[in-house]
Amino acid sequence: MSNSQEILLKAQELHHSFAEGVRKNRVLKGVSLQVEAGETTSVVGPSGCGKSTLLYLLGLLDRPESGNILLQGSDVTQSSDKIKTQLRNQSIGFIFQFHFLIKELTVIENVSLPLRKSGLNAEDSKEKSMLVLQQLGLESKATRSANKLSGGEQQRVAIARAMVNSPSLILADEPTGNLDSENSQKVFDLLQELAERDNLGVLIVTHNTDLALKTDNLIRMQDGLIVKDS
Amino acid sequence: MKFLNLELAWKYVLGRKRAMTMSLFGIVLGIAFFVITQAQTSGFEAFFIRTILGTNGAIRISDRFQDMHGTVRMSSQDGRTKFLFNSREGTRYTEGISNPKLLRSALNQFSEISGISEILEGSAVIAGTSRSQNVEIHGIIPSEHVMVSDIENQIIEGELKTFELEPMSILLGNRIAQRLMLQTGERITLKGGTGNIRLRIAGIFETGVSQIDKNRAYIHLSTAKSFLGKRFSGSIFQLSMFEPEKAPEISAQIQETTSHRVVSWQEREQVWLDVFKALRISSAITVSSILLLSGLGIFNVFAIMVIEKTRDIAILRSIGFKPSDVSSVFLWQGGIVLFIGIILGTLVGIFSTYVISSIPLRIRGIFSTDSFVVNWDPSHYLWAVLIAVIFVSIASWIPARRAAKIEPAKIIRETL
Repeated sequence: MSNSQEILLKAQELHHSFAEGVRKNRVLKGVSLQVEAGETTSVVGPSGCGKSTLLYLLGLLDRPESGNILLQGSDVTQSSDKIKTQLRNQSIGFIFQFHFLIKELTVIENVSLPLRKSGLNAEDSKEKSMLVLQQLGLESKATRSANKLSGGEQQRVAIARAMVNSPSLILADEPTGNLDSENSQKVFDLLQELAERDNLGVLIVTHNTDLALKTDNLIRMQDGLIVKDS
Repeated sequence: MKFLNLELAWKYVLGRKRAMTMSLFGIVLGIAFFVITQAQTSGFEAFFIRTILGTNGAIRISDRFQDMHGTVRMSSQDGRTKFLFNSREGTRYTEGISNPKLLRSALNQFSEISGISEILEGSAVIAGTSRSQNVEIHGIIPSEHVMVSDIENQIIEGELKTFELEPMSILLGNRIAQRLMLQTGERITLKGGTGNIRLRIAGIFETGVSQIDKNRAYIHLSTAKSFLGKRFSGSIFQLSMFEPEKAPEISAQIQETTSHRVVSWQEREQVWLDVFKALRISSAITVSSILLLSGLGIFNVFAIMVIEKTRDIAILRSIGFKPSDVSSVFLWQGGIVLFIGIILGTLVGIFSTYVISSIPLRIRGIFSTDSFVVNWDPSHYLWAVLIAVIFVSIASWIPARRAAKIEPAKIIRETL
């Protein structure tokens, strides 16, 4: 990794575990990494190695047992829920394997949600969301119900939702896991393009080693530890 | 942003039309039934009260009593603490009111009293052409009695004016007239008292209270006094009030100040009033169970919805919704169903109450009516709404609280 670029996210010695009955399952055993602006970073590893858990800790959806998370230089590990919620809305965009669109809403309503939540009115939110949908070639689907789209389209809508609030960091958990190879490639290309064009930091957790090899940085995990960082 | 949670709630409600409609149906039915049953029971109760106030007045002052040693009074020096104990033991009663003029002037000091009528009660036998019957004679001054009763409107044949102008006339209860086959204008003989007198029937009245309609007859007070041989004693006072519900406290004050036995309409009709009260409460409880069931329905719908929408909740949390936002989305859903339910329930309640009020129903006995009696009281609607609000709020709040507690990372991890 290059040190000349802006470090968006830095994780230091993250430890985390889950209780399984009386037993404690240690999922992360001291993980450190950093994500830089304008670069894509992938995390690969076998199932259960702790990569998704790592992603949720970095996305402030969970709190690590120990270690620190620095977002744009600020330590947010012990920040209040209110601040974390605000950061999730304004600085972080999430993309999940199963897109997680709200089926009762139209495409544009789904995309507008983060903007509306941040305080923008309905009209301006839709205008801005439409611009993002246009960038992703989805403007013709804007008023359609989210569950009436194909899997690839739904995932692109989820990407639109993740980037609509102009976050500095996008965290993607198996974003191509539910797509065929053609759509996987499209989604992956899109994330790379976003990182370069908008100077975003993109962290992708994936099983797809072929795609992972195309990212700027590749992190391999095993048994809660980073085994290779390139 | 202000209404984002409400907008989301609205979308979710639209997305579950069938389940929400069932919940809505329960609320509408609950509110409407509550209003209808309360309108009926309180309608009959109010009608009964109007009837008894229109026949026997708000307060009746009868016998004078002399308290030999039954009252114990104590008051503290500063006058703040007072103690009064009345015992009827040892009390000596004298039939009828004593010194009506003096008592009347004392009663005039009570601003709550709107009318005073002196009545002399007694019994006699009415002899018709072929049959005779025992009756209760009420000697009244017509111009006074109209102030304390509804007799003017209770006359179904003849006229009060005719009775008022003719001292030797009589007003008969309709059941007496039916039994003796008497009609207005005919003459009857009143036997008993000091002898027989001939009276012309000036009118026939119907109060709806069968006990009165088959036993009571009104004659002039002066005629009654001479017929019953009670020229100077034995009469009672019937009072009307501007606010009849205050009768018990005014009765107590009159009794205390005038040493006469004073009975309010509430004390007099306590048995029937208790029956109506029990009916009203029992119907309210029964109908509230419909609202309770609809509340349980909503709880069920929302509880299932929270389980089904855990992924939505997780994604909302991941894009910046606070736990309180998530719970408010569910609370708003309850609020939307409740709001529509209240509007529709109230409209259905009003319409049904109107329809029911025109259903023919002949009741004679404790009052007289030929159709369902309903009471249009806003408090029925407020109570129905309040009960619905309580049940639906609890039914929505529990799942909403659960939704707010959902940990997004756990849900997403379990989904993958």
